[in-house]
Amino acid sequence: MTRSTSAQPFRDASAAISVHHLTVAYREHPVLWDVHASIPTGTLTAIIGPNGAGKSTFLKAIMGLVPIAAGTVEIFGHTSPKQRRLVGYVPQRGSVDWTFPTNALDVVTMGTYGQLGWVRRPGKAERERAMHALEQVGMADFANRQISQLSGGQQQRVFLARALVQDQQLYVMDEPFAGVDAATEKSIVGILQHLRAAGKTVIVVHHDLESAPDYFDWLVLLNVRLIASGPFSETFTLENLQRAYGGTMSMLRPRSLGGTNGRLGEPHALETAGIVAVPTGSGGGGRS
Amino acid sequence: MIDAITSTFHDLIFDYTLRNVALGSALLGIVSGLLGSFALLRRQGLLGDTLSHAALPGICIAFLLTGSRTLLPLLIGAGIAGWIGTMLLLNTIRETKLSEDTMLGVVLSTFYGLGIVLLTYIQRNGDASQAGLDKFLFGQAAALVRSNVQTFALLGGAALLVILLFYKEFKLLSFDPDFAAAIGLPTRGLNVLLTSLLVVAVMIGLQTVGVVLMAAMVIGPGAAARQWTDRLSVMLALSALIGAAAGVTGAVLSVQDSALPTGPMIVLSLTAMVLVSIVLAPRHGLLPDRWRQWRHRRGLVPPPLPGETIPAEITAKGGRA
Repeated sequence: MTRSTSAQPFRDASAAISVHHLTVAYREHPVLWDVHASIPTGTLTAIIGPNGAGKSTFLKAIMGLVPIAAGTVEIFGHTSPKQRRLVGYVPQRGSVDWTFPTNALDVVTMGTYGQLGWVRRPGKAERERAMHALEQVGMADFANRQISQLSGGQQQRVFLARALVQDQQLYVMDEPFAGVDAATEKSIVGILQHLRAAGKTVIVVHHDLESAPDYFDWLVLLNVRLIASGPFSETFTLENLQRAYGGTMSMLRPRSLGGTNGRLGEPHALETAGIVAVPTGSGGGGRS
Repeated sequence: MIDAITSTFHDLIFDYTLRNVALGSALLGIVSGLLGSFALLRRQGLLGDTLSHAALPGICIAFLLTGSRTLLPLLIGAGIAGWIGTMLLLNTIRETKLSEDTMLGVVLSTFYGLGIVLLTYIQRNGDASQAGLDKFLFGQAAALVRSNVQTFALLGGAALLVILLFYKEFKLLSFDPDFAAAIGLPTRGLNVLLTSLLVVAVMIGLQTVGVVLMAAMVIGPGAAARQWTDRLSVMLALSALIGAAAGVTGAVLSVQDSALPTGPMIVLSLTAMVLVSIVLAPRHGLLPDRWRQWRHRRGLVPPPLPGETIPAEITAKGGRA
């Protein structure tokens, strides 16, 4: 059973995403189990959990990229697969082959293909929009660069620009901060906050518990099952994190924690606490 | 020398046999070059090999059913068998834990074995005219007639048209299938379509270079073209051009001395072009790359940190060795 810490307003048209009793399994192995969560529009939402918690699968289930064993996904209140065309998607950087013969501008132009429809080719207008998106992520100088010659952070920003050019109300991003340096992370966060200020909803798979409280205002905490979902400050508690990551996580920087029981530990103890994917008996995966 | 060249061009236009062989081989080069490039970029370079081997039992069954050696029914049989083999391959890879190369090997040898069994059965039980089926193993380009070339042109033209129409979709599918699915493209259907086009290329190739050497026609042109460019559209055009050039060169070389088989000569011409591309292509070739490394090592200067300029005395010395 899902142990959610805050009441979920379901069948709510103001929710950008609501998933109902979502279960996804690879063969007999459940990766997501009966997840029930709702993400309001206009939030900057973090999907957090240990390795193997099903964070990427959660996003892929929203995008229809993995078969759903049970449950439903609503995008802006509708379950139709066509709703996915309203979502800008940023896949993991490692999911494509960067030696593909193309340049940065061309990849970003791919973000216009959805609106172009069949057969029509991107023209001057599409390339201008792509160029504008590259400018937004600070990559205009690299427009004609072969994509294999971009650094990891630059590739990540190209993917972000490709989603921006889709100009959607909802963005779903799979680890946009993976392998980027601090300066790039800061500039990406700036773009995400800019999107939220424009009334858009942004959902991000995030790994770094230290920085999460600074960036996000809504949280979905997963470990195969839903651990908690709700406003970030209410749900990012030591108790919830321990249930998600396992009992060994006893120390967290107090500043990071919301709730009343977050007063333990020392600064920067997180790195040394050895947070790994160790599903414990009670909080881990498996059938109930 | 000049006489030899002009007479070759003369024969290409006026000699009935050479013209058909060269045209047929060029068409094969164009179609397999285009579709091979996509296969290569999708890391499915060996798909063409599986497909062509899987086509062999199809040829035999089509012959057993129709009792004739008319080309089109045989090619349709080949196409169906190749298509079944490929779908079997792609689905088992998706549904099981077996890796792609494992399944390539299994499907390829199973279908090929079945084909050889059927071929032997036909040869034992039929008259002498039926023995010609084994030509499909190594191709019989020298026997191409005008109607064959017309069949090729029809098949190739259809494949070319589909690529032109869905270029944008195929490009996205090859680079980022997840994103393609996310923007609502029917990736599964597009996958089947692109693979089916490769089946068409193999259908053309069976008659010309045969089951065994078809893999080279699928991989070669794209591999060579990739060396010269970083743009997909240019790569596709170059790949078609290289495939066509290899086809014509092989045809001409094999006719110079009629003892040489056309299919293998086409593949050898293609291999020569691949080698030249790997060694000499300006951006990715081995020699230009070595040259750049050598030159840069002599002129290395420390890269500036943000907001820093490199001291003049270092740049003046031309860098440190």
